[in-house]
Amino acid sequence: MYVYDEIDQRLVDERVAQYRDQTRRFLAGKISEDDFRPLRLQNGLYIQRHAPMLRVAIPYGLLSSRQVRALADIARTWDRGYGHFSTRQNIQFNWPRLEDVPEILAKLATVQMHAIQTSGNCIRNTTTDHFAGIAPDEIVDPLVWCEIIRQWSAFHPEFAYLPRKFKIAVSGSEQDRAAVQVHDIGLQARQDAAGHVGFRVLAGGGLGRTPIIGVAVREFLPWQHLLTYLDAILRVYNRHGRRDNKYKARIKILVKELTPEAFRRQVEEEWAHLKDGPATLFTEEVRRIERRFTRPRYLKLGALAPGYAMALASDKAFANWVRRNVHAHRIAGYAAVTLSLKKTGVPPGDATAEQMDAVADLADRYSFGELRVSHEQNLILADVRQGDLHALWQDAKALGLATPNIGLITNIIACPGGDFCSLANAKSIPVAEAIQRRFDDLDYQHDIGELDLNISGCMNSCGHHHIGHIGILGVDKQGAEFYQISIGGAQGNGASLGKVIGPSVSQAEVPDVIEKLIETYLARRDSEEERFIDVVRRIGIGPFKEHVYGNYHQTQKNSQQQLAAA
Amino acid sequence: MGTIIRHRKIVSNSWRRLKPAADGSAPPVPGSGDIIVPLALWLAQRDKLLLRPGRLGVWLGGDDEPALIAEDLKNFGVVAVSFTRFTDGRGYSLGRLLRERYGWRGELRAIGDVLRDQLFYLAGCGFDTFELRADQDPQAALSAFGDFSEAYQSSAERPLPLFRRRFLASPDGMEWS
Repeated sequence: MYVYDEIDQRLVDERVAQYRDQTRRFLAGKISEDDFRPLRLQNGLYIQRHAPMLRVAIPYGLLSSRQVRALADIARTWDRGYGHFSTRQNIQFNWPRLEDVPEILAKLATVQMHAIQTSGNCIRNTTTDHFAGIAPDEIVDPLVWCEIIRQWSAFHPEFAYLPRKFKIAVSGSEQDRAAVQVHDIGLQARQDAAGHVGFRVLAGGGLGRTPIIGVAVREFLPWQHLLTYLDAILRVYNRHGRRDNKYKARIKILVKELTPEAFRRQVEEEWAHLKDGPATLFTEEVRRIERRFTRPRYLKLGALAPGYAMALASDKAFANWVRRNVHAHRIAGYAAVTLSLKKTGVPPGDATAEQMDAVADLADRYSFGELRVSHEQNLILADVRQGDLHALWQDAKALGLATPNIGLITNIIACPGGDFCSLANAKSIPVAEAIQRRFDDLDYQHDIGELDLNISGCMNSCGHHHIGHIGILGVDKQGAEFYQISIGGAQGNGASLGKVIGPSVSQAEVPDVIEKLIETYLARRDSEEERFIDVVRRIGIGPFKEHVYGNYHQTQKNSQQQLAAA
Repeated sequence: MGTIIRHRKIVSNSWRRLKPAADGSAPPVPGSGDIIVPLALWLAQRDKLLLRPGRLGVWLGGDDEPALIAEDLKNFGVVAVSFTRFTDGRGYSLGRLLRERYGWRGELRAIGDVLRDQLFYLAGCGFDTFELRADQDPQAALSAFGDFSEAYQSSAERPLPLFRRRFLASPDGMEWS
């Protein structure tokens, strides 16, 4: 964990006091609704369908057990006993009262947490890989760089009123696990030929209404220049991004309208003035930040814990869980574990206060008191001894957190959708549940193999449907909730955007359509090794479309004929 | 003319701001008094304006290019930046450019939709004078300058970012706070 110093803490405390006063003035009628809106948004507070929604930042996804217990307390005291982990390493509470929010923020500040800039047209919470710091293939520890960016972006005086929201993601390795290509700025660590460390800088990626893969603004930026370069990009965007149309205000539109070449030129021109200026980083500062992170005290363990191999061989359910939910660690004898928040029947990403407390206990018992939140809306214990895996599995099972579905079809990413969100065209949660029920059979899921299924309730794409192998988007069709299905999207290094397979379908039809897609895949795959996404890439969307709509149109025709005959 | 906040004190405003007419045409220039003219007027009537008695200021809109006055700054008693809506943040960048790139050291004034709750960031971007929106209480607004006692980034008051000041105070890398 990064441990605040006196100034970090003071700034967060001062923010609470500032917002407390703003809320007081708003409630006293001294600030209008319009003037208050950006203030509350930049403190994480939305007005939602049922009540305000408070989005709390989990910087780069890292949480201590103490912080998780505080979140559980907040859920119990000011909410209805649960929270929702979003796809951007935030947690959202759906039922707080506007007048209670200053108190909630004060409570968060006592555990070094905040809701600063989690909404509004400003630089949002910087996200990274949920295996940051423990993955075997890292060039830099992205947690350190995310914290450097957190400090740079928090209360940045120049960039609080951008044309639109602005999201930055950092990947510490060449292998991208932070979706850097679909962020306003994506930073990917790399080394140049001489072994110097720096970043590949991408800009203008994003999902939403106009999904687009970011363009490389710079192939290699030495780390010392990170902040001045970010200042340059943000300044070009702040000055020239469109403000006349909310839907054209993201940086991706500016990059597109200027052309990537012209955008790059403007950034470089701006940077020429800022380069080597006071915001240039130096080794001592990076080391200072590094040292403020507490690190697990790993034991020297053998590569294979005694008993572990036997448990794997003798317990098929455990082996299944290990295969899906346990991940490699750079330290011998340790592993990372995903606790699935995707149990069938539970809205994806939701956790109750009791589960949060229990997870905090698991973190204390098995993983140095820390856990992570993934953009796939699961929780991760990052530093578990191999010899403890079996015991952890049993404990997690008892809590309903051991569904062995990571990477499988039921590990659905979904936004809160029309049940909660006032922007949504359609519901997401019941659709996710219907699909989970259809594919609940674990053997079937494992047979289907790796598959990312993502659901967004509207074009804002909070459920990242564009980069799901199967993506489902809620649309409004003459006042009715319909769903547009796309296939072929992917996250990571080979990121791609899904293609829509045809006309949207009703909620009841969604599981059938998904089943048809899976049938097509199973029939056409070369072997079990060939994943759904590989088959889509090899044969195109045609055969899938045909299987879905061929029958679909036939069914429609049949039922119309039956109706006509009746 | 009303009051303004200058250097965190409430003072009366001696400057008159000229605005283009509704049809966009240049406003008439009064024969005397201190005036702040729109950039377009300055560019069009530069020589005439320089001959006029009374002090001269210029104001920029969010989409104006401050480089256009970089060489002219010595002629101005005030440079102002207009915020059509407080959520339009372009003026923050203009403020920093005027201060940091073009070296403007005189009065930098925020005009238009200027509210109490943005004063801290505006000050950080180099603004030292504020013509608040009519409904704002200048006396109550003064406390906004104290919203935060520190800032991570460089600002007009503290040209070095926190990490650099921290390092200078303790170069051996020991914690400073």
